[in-house]
Amino acid sequence: MSAATSSLLRKKRARDTRFESNNATREASWVKRLVLGLSLTFFAIFLLLPLIIVFTEALRQGLEAYWVAIAEPDALSAIKLTLITAAIALPLNLLFGVSAAWCIAKFEFRGKQLLTTLIDLPFSVSPVIAGLVFVLLFSTQHGWFASLLQTWNMKVIFAVPGIVLATVFVTFPFIARELIPLMQAQGKEEEEAAIVLGARGWQTFWRVTLPNIKWGLLYGVILCNARAMGEFGAVSVVSGHIRGMTNTMPLHVEILYNDYKFAAAFAVASLLALLALVTLAIKTWVEWKAEQSLDFNDMDDEQEITP
Amino acid sequence: MRALPFSTLLTVLTLLALPVRAELSLLNVSYDVSRELYKDINPAFVAEWQAKKREGITLNQSHGGSSKQALSVAAGLEADVVTMNQSPDIDILVERGALVAADWQRRFPHESAPYTTVSVFLVRRGNPKGLKDWSDLARPGVSVIVPNPKTSGNGRYTYLAAWGQALQKHGGNAAEARKFVAALFKNVPVLDGGGRGATTTFTQRDIGDVLVTFENEAALIADELGNAAFEVVYPPLTIEAAAPVAVVDKVVDKRGTREAATAYLNFLFSPAGQQIIARHHFRPRDPAALKQYAARFPPVRTFTVENALGGWANVQKTHFADGGIYDQIVEQR
Repeated sequence: MSAATSSLLRKKRARDTRFESNNATREASWVKRLVLGLSLTFFAIFLLLPLIIVFTEALRQGLEAYWVAIAEPDALSAIKLTLITAAIALPLNLLFGVSAAWCIAKFEFRGKQLLTTLIDLPFSVSPVIAGLVFVLLFSTQHGWFASLLQTWNMKVIFAVPGIVLATVFVTFPFIARELIPLMQAQGKEEEEAAIVLGARGWQTFWRVTLPNIKWGLLYGVILCNARAMGEFGAVSVVSGHIRGMTNTMPLHVEILYNDYKFAAAFAVASLLALLALVTLAIKTWVEWKAEQSLDFNDMDDEQEITP
Repeated sequence: MRALPFSTLLTVLTLLALPVRAELSLLNVSYDVSRELYKDINPAFVAEWQAKKREGITLNQSHGGSSKQALSVAAGLEADVVTMNQSPDIDILVERGALVAADWQRRFPHESAPYTTVSVFLVRRGNPKGLKDWSDLARPGVSVIVPNPKTSGNGRYTYLAAWGQALQKHGGNAAEARKFVAALFKNVPVLDGGGRGATTTFTQRDIGDVLVTFENEAALIADELGNAAFEVVYPPLTIEAAAPVAVVDKVVDKRGTREAATAYLNFLFSPAGQQIIARHHFRPRDPAALKQYAARFPPVRTFTVENALGGWANVQKTHFADGGIYDQIVEQR
C-alpha cells in the first residue's frame, strides 16, 4: 500500500512541477512571494503570537504554579464539566447530524429547504441569544416549562443539562453542514445499487453510506468537539457561574482572570489551546487520510478505463 | 447501536437534571467585587458552623454584575442567600415570583446591610490629569471607566454619586445635574458588565484616566497589583453604598436550608465577620472593627440614595427604567 501511495504522490508532484514550469500557468515570482509573505505575516501576528503569549503567561510563575492552577478543585471540576458536556453533546450531534444530512442528501420531501435553513440557524444566531432562549424556556420561575420542572423538581438551566443543551444547539450545524455537500456530491446510485442487490436499509447505511462519508464525518466531529469545548457565550448565559459546579473551562478562565489570578487563568487557557492544537493535528491527519482515499478512488477509476 | 445510545443519553440527561441529595450546602449569589471577601468569610463560617452543629456544610459562590445575578436568581438560579450591593437587586426578587419576603430589610440589623462602602476614584500614578472632584471627570479629554449602570450596582452608584453631588452643587437643580452627568458619560469609552470587568479594563488593558469604583475595589487593586501604578482619590462628596443581604425564602423553604442560611448571614454581622469585612476594606458596622481599622477608612462626606435622592423606588423609576433619564443620556452620547 505504501508503495502505491508513494507512486501516486510522485505522479502528483510531477504534475505540479509541470504546471509550475509552464509559462502560461505560472505566476510572476514577486506575486508569489508577496502573497506568501502576507499570509505568513498574518499567521504570525494573529495566530502564532497569541499562542506563544498564552503559554509564556501560563508558565510565568513556573511549572509548579502551573500544575497547582490546574490541579485546583475548581479547575478540575471545570475540566470535568467540559469533558462531560462534550461527551454528551458530541454523540447527540453525531446522531442528529448524520440523520439530517441523510434526509437532505438522499431523499426528496416537502420542507427540505426549510430543514436546510433550520440547520444553519445556530450559525446565524448569536450564542447569547441562544442561551437566553433556553432561559426563557426552562426557567423554573417564569419559563414555558416552569410548572413541569417544579413538579418534577428538575433543574435545566443553571445546571449541567442546560449547559449541555446550549452546547448541542451551538454545535449542531458542524456535522450536518460537513456531510450534506459530501453526500449530495456522492449521489444515491450506490445506495440504490445496494438495495437492488437485496440489502436492507440498515445494511445499506452501514456498508455503503457510512464508509463513503467516514472522513467527512470525522472531520465534522472534530470541529464539533472543538467548538463544544470552547463555547463561551451561550454557556455563560445558562451557567449561573457557580464555582466548582457549573463553570466550564472557558468560564473558569474568565473567572480566574477577573480574580487577578493571571498565571492560573492562562494555565487553564493553555489547556484549551493545547486541546485546539491536538484537534488541529488530528484534523490535518484526517484531511490527509481523506485525500488519500480519494486518490485511491481515482486510481480505481483509471484502471477501469484503461483496459 | 444507533438507537441504543440515544435512549441511554436521554437517561443520563434526566439523571443529571434530578437534584442530588448530598450534604448540607448553601449557594451564595453575590455581586462582582465581593469575591475576595467571601473567600475569607466562607471558611470562617464553615468552621464556626462545624464547631457548633457538628455537621459539615459547603458554601458555593457565584459572582457577576449585581443586577445580572439578581435576574439569574429570578430565572431560577437556586440561591439560598443573595448578597448584593444595592437593594433594588433584592427588591426585584420580591416582585418577581415572591422569592424573597417583602420585609427582608427588617430581618437583619442595619437594614440588612452588614457593611457599606463609598465610590472613589482610582487614577494612574501621580494623577497626571489632576482629577480631584467629580467636575474634573466631565472635562473634555478625560477618559472615565465605569461599569454599566444597567447591569452593575457599582456603575449605578457611580451614576448616582455624580448626579447627587451635582444636585447639591447646583442647589437641587435637576436640569444642571442632568447636564453634568451627560457630560461625564460622554467621557466613558467602554461600559463593562460588572465592577471587576471595569477594573481589568482600566488596569490590564490600560484604557482610561480614571476608574470610578468602590473603595474596597480600589484598595484591592493597590494590594494585588502593587501600590506603585495607581492612586486612590477621595472626592470631597460622594455616595455611601450599603450592601444588602437576604435569605431567598422560596429556595430555603424548598431545600430545607433556612437555619443554615440565616446563620450564615448572621455571621456577617458578628464581630468575627465584621473583622473580616474590615480587613477587605469594606466599612464595617461594628464600631470596634471600624476603630481598629480606622486608618483604612478616611472620613469622607457622603450622602445616600435614601437621604438625598428620594429612595431606590424613585431612583429606579426616574433614572433606570426603560426610557428613563439614564437611557436618554446614553442615547445622546
